[in-house]
Amino acid sequence: MQNPIQTSGNQESLIDVIDLTKRFEDVTAVDTISFAINRGEIFGFLGPNGAGKTTTINILTGLSRPDSGTIRIAGQDYIKNPKHVQHLIGVVPDESNLYPELSGFDNLCFCASLYGIRKQERQEKARKLLQDFGLEEAAHRKFGGYSKGMKRKLTIAAGIIHNPQILFLDEPTTGIDVASARQIRKLISDLNSDGTTIFLTTHYIEEAERLCNRIAFIVRGRIARIDTVENLMQLTEGRHIVQFAVSPDSAVICENITTAFPGLQCRTVPGGVFVESSERVRVGPLVRLLEDMGAEVSEARKVRPSLEDVFVDITGIEVGMMKQEKEKAKMGGEA
Amino acid sequence: MKSWIAFWNILVKDMRSYYLKPPNISWGLLFPLVWVAMFFIRSGLGFESIPDLLPGVMALSVLFGATSVLSVTVTFEKKGRSFERLLLAPISLELLMLAKTTGAILFGTINAFVPILIALFVADLSAVNWWIMVPAVILVAVSSTFLGLFIAVSVKEVFEAQTFSNFFRFPMIFLCGLFFPIASIPLFLRPLSYALPLTYGTDIIRGAVTGGNVMHLGLDFLVVILFCLFLFFVSLKNVNRKWIT
Ligand SMILES: Nc1ncnc2c1ncn2[C@@H]1O[C@H](COP(=O)(O)OP(=O)(O)O)[C@@H](O)[C@H]1O
Ligand SMILES: [Mg+2]
Repeated sequence: MQNPIQTSGNQESLIDVIDLTKRFEDVTAVDTISFAINRGEIFGFLGPNGAGKTTTINILTGLSRPDSGTIRIAGQDYIKNPKHVQHLIGVVPDESNLYPELSGFDNLCFCASLYGIRKQERQEKARKLLQDFGLEEAAHRKFGGYSKGMKRKLTIAAGIIHNPQILFLDEPTTGIDVASARQIRKLISDLNSDGTTIFLTTHYIEEAERLCNRIAFIVRGRIARIDTVENLMQLTEGRHIVQFAVSPDSAVICENITTAFPGLQCRTVPGGVFVESSERVRVGPLVRLLEDMGAEVSEARKVRPSLEDVFVDITGIEVGMMKQEKEKAKMGGEA
Repeated sequence: MKSWIAFWNILVKDMRSYYLKPPNISWGLLFPLVWVAMFFIRSGLGFESIPDLLPGVMALSVLFGATSVLSVTVTFEKKGRSFERLLLAPISLELLMLAKTTGAILFGTINAFVPILIALFVADLSAVNWWIMVPAVILVAVSSTFLGLFIAVSVKEVFEAQTFSNFFRFPMIFLCGLFFPIASIPLFLRPLSYALPLTYGTDIIRGAVTGGNVMHLGLDFLVVILFCLFLFFVSLKNVNRKWIT
């Protein structure tokens, strides 16, 4: 097994986190995690609800203090003196914390003023950002009346108005419409192309795969693996997966399959099973076995292994469940 | 310089957003006047009693004005999440808390001059020592604001702002000698009176308006200033400990 703690290698790191731990009463939200974020990269924290993603962001941005561990940002001891480093940091929290009673323009100007930017400059920047983000028309409407997608975009604008070196985004596309989400992903990669280092959290595997240079899988406060997307995808080479749509989709099916074909791996998903092998999977015998069991097979399909499979392998977490849980939590939180 | 841009803009934003909000108008501005009008009518006193009443009314206006604004600039923003944005900014916690309380202090101070303006029309205020009264009013505003802050950051959860601040504002009307002398308060409650900065602040205002202060004015000033410093630094410690968890 590869060492999950990947240090920054020959690249210059902007943030170094070593053995960070944070407890809340009886839960250890973040459990001795270590990682480094390189200058110029997009680094992703991928993990289910309650994994410790927000807790980590809160600590790195100065809203929370760790119980132990060290953090260096741009070479400075961050825990001792967060105020010396905060001007380098931009933050987009999971829920917007802008002022509902102020207009989009006023919100941006106010945020800029917190970083000591003078009036003329902050107004110019606010106008430019509103334009870049397609929000000019809403510039003088109250933020409270914005749609969720617009709110998220303005929150990102507020997070970068002082030109931070690193931008933290906590689940930037969760809970907003598909079109806005796509726009936001584009914004994030454009920002990165312009030189901003990005740290984002997400529970969307495809998003992590598409956006990030490196990904950390985080589960129950621990980092299960950190690597580049390419290296993670390499783990799928030589894997053959076939998906069967089966009804009824009982859990016994997998037991029977692995008993009959010891070389195969099997896992149940709603509506069917995934069968995996290191060689090409022969479908015929499997279909016969399933039918002998009294199950009805409506489809058998070869699946290209994805980052999702790597994630499932490494963390043992069922991805469909992780999404559902997350959406529920999100809706509950907003009700 | 950069910090002062932040300080100034926080203050201006709070004044714009909150000064004309209904709770500040009703609790901060109107309530003290209504309360006093009722008191005045029921007691059947004449206009000549106004200088005696004025210090209490002013203290009441400052107290309610300052704490009403504080409960939105600090408590309300803390309950929402916008306070986080301020904590993320590269401004020291001291300056940040000063910026967030200055709006309340100013509102409280301005509020004291509402009853004065009204009194000017119906009473003779020529005996008032303004050189003592103005600093006293400011000190009462500062100490009321910091006491409100102290309570807001001492409790475990940030309470429903208005309800909670009434929980301590109302008893203070009676405990701090605003309308009834401390000497008329039951003996067992008196230590509480002396543990509240408003008692001393009101005494100074009374001294400035009628010369009827009970304690030495120098002592009054000293005690209020010490209260202010104590409350502010304890509040800072609490913010640092409880809001950056
Ligand atoms: N303020 C808090 N008090 C108590 N427990 C908390 C607090 N914040 C987070 N937790 C707990 O810490 C764990 C990690 O939470 P969080 O970092 O929000 O996860 P994520 O953002 O990955 O969904 C969860 O079990 C959560 O319940
Ligand atoms: Mg989270």
